[in-house]
Amino acid sequence: MAHDTSFTNQEFKVIGTRPPRPDGVDKVTGRAAYGADTFAPGQLVGLILRSPHAHAQIRKIDTSRAEKLKGVKAVITSDDLPDLTNGDRAMLDILENCMARGRALYDGHAVAAVAAIDAETARKALKLIKVDYKRLPHVTDVDEAVKPDAPIVQPYVRTAGVQPPPTKASNISQISEFGHGDVEAGFAQADFIVEESYKTEQTHQGYIEPHACLASVGPDGQGELWVTTQGHFTFRNQCAALLGMDVAKLKVTASEIGGGFGGKTHVWMEPVALALSRKANRPVKVVMSRDEVFRATGPTSSTSVDVKIGAKKNGRITAATATLRYQTGAFPGIWGMLGAMTAYACYDLKNVKTVGYNVLVNRPKVAAYRAPSAPMAAFAVESTIDLLAAKVGMEPVDFRIKNAAKKGTKASYGPTYGPIGIGPTLEAVKNHPHMRARLGKNQGRGMACGFWFNFGGQTCTDLNIGVDGTVNLTVGTVDVGGSRASLSLIAAEELGIPYERIKCNVADTSSLGHNDTTEGSRGTFSSGMATIFAARDAIEVLRERAAQTWEIDVKDVKWEGGRAVPKGVRHSNLGTLTLEELAAASPNTGGPIAGHNEVVADGAGVSFASHICDVEVDPETGATKVLRYTVVQDAGKAIHPDYVEGQLQGGAAQGIGWALNEEYIYGKDGRLQNPGFLDYRIPVCSDLPFIDTEILEIPNPNHPYGVRGVGETSIVPPLAAVGNAVSNAANVRLTHVPMSPPRILKAIKNRRSNATTG
Amino acid sequence: MSGIHVSTTINGDPVEFVCQPGETLLDVLRDRLRLTGSKDGCGTGDCGACSVTVDGRLVCSCLVLGAEAEGREVTTIEGLADGENLHPLQSKFIEHAALQCGICTPGFLVAAKALLDRNSNPTEEEIRFALAGNLCRCTGYDKIVRAVSAAATEVRKQEGRKQRRSF
Ligand code: FES
Ligand code: FES
Repeated sequence: MAHDTSFTNQEFKVIGTRPPRPDGVDKVTGRAAYGADTFAPGQLVGLILRSPHAHAQIRKIDTSRAEKLKGVKAVITSDDLPDLTNGDRAMLDILENCMARGRALYDGHAVAAVAAIDAETARKALKLIKVDYKRLPHVTDVDEAVKPDAPIVQPYVRTAGVQPPPTKASNISQISEFGHGDVEAGFAQADFIVEESYKTEQTHQGYIEPHACLASVGPDGQGELWVTTQGHFTFRNQCAALLGMDVAKLKVTASEIGGGFGGKTHVWMEPVALALSRKANRPVKVVMSRDEVFRATGPTSSTSVDVKIGAKKNGRITAATATLRYQTGAFPGIWGMLGAMTAYACYDLKNVKTVGYNVLVNRPKVAAYRAPSAPMAAFAVESTIDLLAAKVGMEPVDFRIKNAAKKGTKASYGPTYGPIGIGPTLEAVKNHPHMRARLGKNQGRGMACGFWFNFGGQTCTDLNIGVDGTVNLTVGTVDVGGSRASLSLIAAEELGIPYERIKCNVADTSSLGHNDTTEGSRGTFSSGMATIFAARDAIEVLRERAAQTWEIDVKDVKWEGGRAVPKGVRHSNLGTLTLEELAAASPNTGGPIAGHNEVVADGAGVSFASHICDVEVDPETGATKVLRYTVVQDAGKAIHPDYVEGQLQGGAAQGIGWALNEEYIYGKDGRLQNPGFLDYRIPVCSDLPFIDTEILEIPNPNHPYGVRGVGETSIVPPLAAVGNAVSNAANVRLTHVPMSPPRILKAIKNRRSNATTG
Repeated sequence: MSGIHVSTTINGDPVEFVCQPGETLLDVLRDRLRLTGSKDGCGTGDCGACSVTVDGRLVCSCLVLGAEAEGREVTTIEGLADGENLHPLQSKFIEHAALQCGICTPGFLVAAKALLDRNSNPTEEEIRFALAGNLCRCTGYDKIVRAVSAAATEVRKQEGRKQRRSF
């Protein structure tokens, strides 16, 4: 295949191999310590009282009886979390989400918290807190919320992005537009136009580990926080700011993390835990229940999207538009904007326009969920692409190949692409044996593409060589899925020593400079980049030490295969010095040998994927079985292919769950009706087939090894791939995700009655 | 409230503890005995992260009362390895990269051990259904199923060796 690999023809020794991960034994023996797995002497149990109402004024909170209960050490409300944000509304939003301030904005919104000597006492104390609520009208549906007479969720919000700036409050916090060309002129040239509207329901990241932390603040203003998080440095900065602590005096340690997928990039109850600890003057552990996780943390947006695409008879798209309404929960977010940016990123379009709406509703604050906002936009666009391909009379894959973006394409969201992988993934799909496998009765096949930006960001990494020549690699990006293995491989590659001699640790916030949150698929990309530079920095020192030992110029020393080698024949009698030898001599040659790197890792490299899905739909029950699933994705360069495959499979499985089962169900009263794994059903082992993967490597020119982020793109195509497969199997277009049995049955019934009346 | 005194066996060792009548076995294991290998993913029997065996039977420890452990034999993830030697399930999970975040791993291993104890030659479908009570959000189950299958082969090999030795 014609990939542009011109910038790199590197031969790797260990990159691309599959050694066992360094934290493997701890994790299979139960020894690894996650958020809830640590204890402090004298620790208290913290619990949070949550609003049972979707929207209510809090007239009064009476905590006196709870405070008097024996064993209760602290009770707090928003009075204990004064506004120190200095007019920074975004920070105040974070604080208000942690603890309601005068108004409960969604079912599950925290209103008070207690710390007590044990769980039993804390539960009793919660019951003794009396909250006087006055219920207010609420809105939970995104299409209802944009209506002019909808109840207003945040009275301070004026719609941004419209001229002149509005003076009245609105649930639309922002409107943003992307695109280029003249879409009207484009549609005028089209031979075929398809217009369709879609809905997707709200889903949760569904990490198996609930949010958990152990907070400890002393009267001297110093504090520690052990927490399950994707970004302990960001947590530290935000907690310190919200509580008026010095950043340097709050040490945050990231525990092992039991899944995050974006949901653990935001603080939820950590500031509350710290405030409880400060008031009780004891360590406080707060562990959310599953019910709390569903009601009060991180779901993704529910959406409503209108798409219109036109094409010529020859299959070229002439114009494309989309209007995307994404609810962001009870606080402003950027999710509709991201949907509008990603919607058409896979295609090379002359005329394109997308408009994204961020919409407030009385639901929990929306958090990032793996390639946030892209899957819903892709569902709408990729479903429409299939409809249009059928009208034009082309195979869906050929129609996509014909219109795919390539190097030099101006993306619908602005930039011009460098070397990208959408074309190659589509070619790989077209040639995949999966595409030729036979289908039986009630079975259908679908395919779809997806895109994600990826993100680099601030990174800081240390590499220290021990006296025995083993190496500590200290990173500040949380390991969410095997990055310690990948980073150790990179250090081994650079230094030229075996993987087993590297030990990679995730440092706490007091031991390393700032690192941005592990989000945007940046873990291996950006810490990988910093690891390369830190290793090269250490190699400089190693060469100098060798030069000093040999009494020659450092320019005459090269680093090769884990040892210093003198250059040129005149030094050929000097032999070589291994890393071990140089490390052993280091106390007498200038002290410890280390490398260090701080970088803002730019150019994470956009990533594309194409998926194929086969399903069987039971026309009697509407139940769907996924028969076969194939993921093709560009990884740039796969450092540890097992964990790249794992990311591709995991994202696909989450997307399949979203497509077929998962949804937040709100009652008329605005309360969440299914806050548990029994009624919010994520895919289980027996629901899924093996998920085949094909990794393409189209190097990212901005990374020394060509790495692109790989963690997120895999969740983008499945909604549409499954949707197209189900639509083909059931012979009716499905436009509402999840495609649960009742929705499929209804669609089949409508088709039949249309067929008889029509 | 006065506590209940319980004498039990955990991972082969005699253990005594006092717990409240409403306390689950999971709470006792984690918070009283500090055996935190068993995880609390839901507390309602829906995720399997808390899987242990009681007298050889696979249970969700979040649905068992601590007091019910009286006189029984409880095995947790901490008791799966034989000293330094990992159980084949454990080594195959590492070898096949069957864990990403690893929070579900203890539950899967305990449940898979219970499967192999009754069927050391399971089909893919038998594996998938035996593990359907354990949620994993990271892996899509692909590598987990492969690891269990590989471990089954290994267990059969080891049993074959043991049998040959005893003849
Ligand atoms: S914690 Fe017991 S099944 Fe989830
Ligand atoms: S590995 Fe994360 S839940 Fe299974």
